[in-house]
Amino acid sequence: MSEVLQLLLSGLSQGCVYGLIALGFVMVYKATEMLNFAQGELMMVGAFVAFTVINLMGLPFVFGVPLTLVAMVAFGMGLERGVLRPMIGEPPFAVLMLTIGLGFVLRAVAGAIWGNEPRTLDVPFAGDVVNLGRIVLGVENLVVIAGTAVLCIALWLFFRYSRIGVAMQAASQNQLAAYYSGVPVKRITSLVWGISAAISATAGMLVAPIALIDPNMGLVGIKAFAAAIVGGFGSLPGAIVGGLVIGVAEQFAGRYLPAGAGEVSAFAILLIMLFVRPEGIFASLQQKKV
Amino acid sequence: MRFVLTTRYGQDVDVFRHGGERFWYALLGLVVLAAPWVVSPYNVGELALVFIWAIAGIGLMLLVGYTGLVSLGHAAFFAIGAYSHAILLGYGVPFVVSVPIAVALTAGVGALVGIPALRMTGVYLAVATLAFERIVAFTIEHSDPLTGGLRGMAVEQPSFFGLSIVNDQLFYYLCLGVLVVGLFGAKNLLRSPTGRAFVAVRDSEISAESMGVHLARTKTTAFAVSAGFTGLAGTLFAHKAGYLAPDAFTVQTSIQLLLLVVVGGLGSLHGVVFGAIFVGYLPQALAVARDVLPAAIGQIPGLELGVFGAILVLFLVFEPLGIYGRWLKIRAWFDEFPLYRRATHKRQKSYLRTERVH
Amino acid sequence: MPADGLFHAENLSISFGGVKAVRDVSFEIAVGEVFSIIGPNGAGKTTVFNLISRFYDADTGRMTFAGEDMTGVPAHRIAELGIARTFQNTELFDRETVLDNLLVGRHVHRETSLASDILFLPKVRRQEVAFRRKVEDIIDLLDLQQHREAPVGSLPFGARKMVEIGRALCTEPKLLLLDEPSSGLNPEETEDLSFWIEDIVEDLGVTVAMVEHDMNLVATVSNRVLAMADGGVIAVGEATDIQSHPEVLRAYLGD
Repeated sequence: MSEVLQLLLSGLSQGCVYGLIALGFVMVYKATEMLNFAQGELMMVGAFVAFTVINLMGLPFVFGVPLTLVAMVAFGMGLERGVLRPMIGEPPFAVLMLTIGLGFVLRAVAGAIWGNEPRTLDVPFAGDVVNLGRIVLGVENLVVIAGTAVLCIALWLFFRYSRIGVAMQAASQNQLAAYYSGVPVKRITSLVWGISAAISATAGMLVAPIALIDPNMGLVGIKAFAAAIVGGFGSLPGAIVGGLVIGVAEQFAGRYLPAGAGEVSAFAILLIMLFVRPEGIFASLQQKKV
Repeated sequence: MRFVLTTRYGQDVDVFRHGGERFWYALLGLVVLAAPWVVSPYNVGELALVFIWAIAGIGLMLLVGYTGLVSLGHAAFFAIGAYSHAILLGYGVPFVVSVPIAVALTAGVGALVGIPALRMTGVYLAVATLAFERIVAFTIEHSDPLTGGLRGMAVEQPSFFGLSIVNDQLFYYLCLGVLVVGLFGAKNLLRSPTGRAFVAVRDSEISAESMGVHLARTKTTAFAVSAGFTGLAGTLFAHKAGYLAPDAFTVQTSIQLLLLVVVGGLGSLHGVVFGAIFVGYLPQALAVARDVLPAAIGQIPGLELGVFGAILVLFLVFEPLGIYGRWLKIRAWFDEFPLYRRATHKRQKSYLRTERVH
Repeated sequence: MPADGLFHAENLSISFGGVKAVRDVSFEIAVGEVFSIIGPNGAGKTTVFNLISRFYDADTGRMTFAGEDMTGVPAHRIAELGIARTFQNTELFDRETVLDNLLVGRHVHRETSLASDILFLPKVRRQEVAFRRKVEDIIDLLDLQQHREAPVGSLPFGARKMVEIGRALCTEPKLLLLDEPSSGLNPEETEDLSFWIEDIVEDLGVTVAMVEHDMNLVATVSNRVLAMADGGVIAVGEATDIQSHPEVLRAYLGD
């Protein structure tokens, strides 16, 4: 019983990380129809930025986190402005390849700046545990889940109530119509990239105490894309749910199935899903009109 | 500038449309045939590898460049071709029988992967093929009795006419022959109804369908043919490598193949060859650059992949038509001098095409 | 049901998310006529075409073509039956030349397989030459010679529309569906279009059905006109009668 709970907890916390990356990925797709395969690398950069401000510059955790988020919003917007905006109007495949290339570049640059040895982020709660009778839960895992929940609520409030959030939704449904109704589509697109980078960075900071920070940590992005599709591509809650499904499945497959099954379970779930219910858990329809 | 006077319908159908082309290709053929006697043995081997890349590249080009379907998992087909060929050789199946079986098997798996692709657009397909590649890798790693698992397996090296296949020059001509046949096969497809159906699906599914193109069958065919070519390259690669291990076929291999088709020039068979030369010789160029560059830059871990990525980004932003596109522009500049106008080659952009229905 | 009916639609209906886009539409198209569908925006005209093209499954009703039931025929077999179409905003293969676009129109007439195509057997070559002969006839008919080798994406809109009509004709259809053929054309091009349509009907013996807004064009070329509003049929008849039909006027001008 205790083991099942442990697995569930670490699965959920890992799933939150996948879910957050998937969330950033889906947000960008909805707003721009661009597939950002460098989303995992944005998480990696975010984690390194946090490492720099907290570990190297010695800022307290509570200041370091917001500073990282601001830096990553700027970074995301910069990427959009510098690299992706010239690609508007190019075929989706070109953009996809571009982001794959971008991911490689970010990894090499991160390796050049921070080196390839794994790093740990100093967090106030490192190694703490909560004892619930015979069940021992790592605080780090709980923080990931709590952090994700808080972020999701904040995002929901933002999209629901803030002017800019509503404008973003409008732009993601119909760019042209939004443009005609006075929504500054270009600025919105930039901002979507910024927010999506910050969400990924949050995932990076949340996972950093559990996993280590290194230039290749962004490779989990691949599983996040699977999560996005399992959840129903185009659905924001779906991204999180898909992440949780994959995170939990991975833990259980890793424990009870032959070695290596955990690693590959995300992809197996994805393929099964594509055969059984290709529209994902939360379907969101799209179709071209003639 | 050259104007070709067409007097027969058959002329448009031919591979080479006028005598000038025939001359230049014949000259290129001679150079390529003579190369093993001129260049160093090391380079003979490297060129054979370039040919193998090109054969695999034909496969991906047909899929991505002509049918408009993305695959991030072509390393899997490369691996299936290589492993199935090596396993068959291990059971004593002769080379000339084993290769077609391996190719057919890979094409069959390709068709299977194509089936979910029928219902999927870009993103789904990209991620699904990626997932497929990971699962194939997992299967290979865990099929120890057949594949040697993580340890890998040795490949039997047969002999022809008393020469072992590992003989550099023999292997060079073998790969060259397969490449030339492969290029002709691909060209034949593209100048016949099957290839036109591919392109129709790429440019507009809806009107392809209204012209009688069976979308499902066309996409499955494209996947099968594409996988078949890449599997064929895999069978040759098995001999080049001599020893197969799972770490030779990773996501990185898939990405290198994509780099090949993008940098070479999407939607052109010339691009496949240009791209193969590029991908084949880039590691060497980087190795040279590492020695020249100061250690601080030259010794960056992951430099090679970073450079790959940077080149990809630069091409996509500045020359999306790839090396072949650049070559056409240079040729046009000479042909039309001094009347060349940049606007002739201005890119066309298409804006968000999907109108979402909620 | 007249003996020369080429296409019949009976009680077609379809709704999208609760909105009835087409309700209970019945009509017939006779061999050799030009049949126009008119109506205000959102009347369901293009949806009717999409139903005939089998892009959508009708919720109710049935369709027959040349005496055969085609209600459940898959979309890719419609061209084979003898129905070809164009699209409102053109749906061409943009990166290919005009010639290659028209050659796709021959797809339904192919008799070679994947294997023979890869080997480019003599029969594939013979087929290609025969295809080209037909395609060049269409190029001559529609006066597209000067664009023959140009990528379609680089052509002006008017030329693209003609290429699309040409591509549809290459399938050798019995029924040609034109979805707003004059939209985006200038008055001169529209006038030319009316001649082309007459040529297509008279020289090639193709029956034409079109969705069109330009009432001049409709009046010039149509034998019969069907007026739609809010997804339903309001009147069928000769162009002049329809133009003065009180229900039609009400649909266009509002109450």
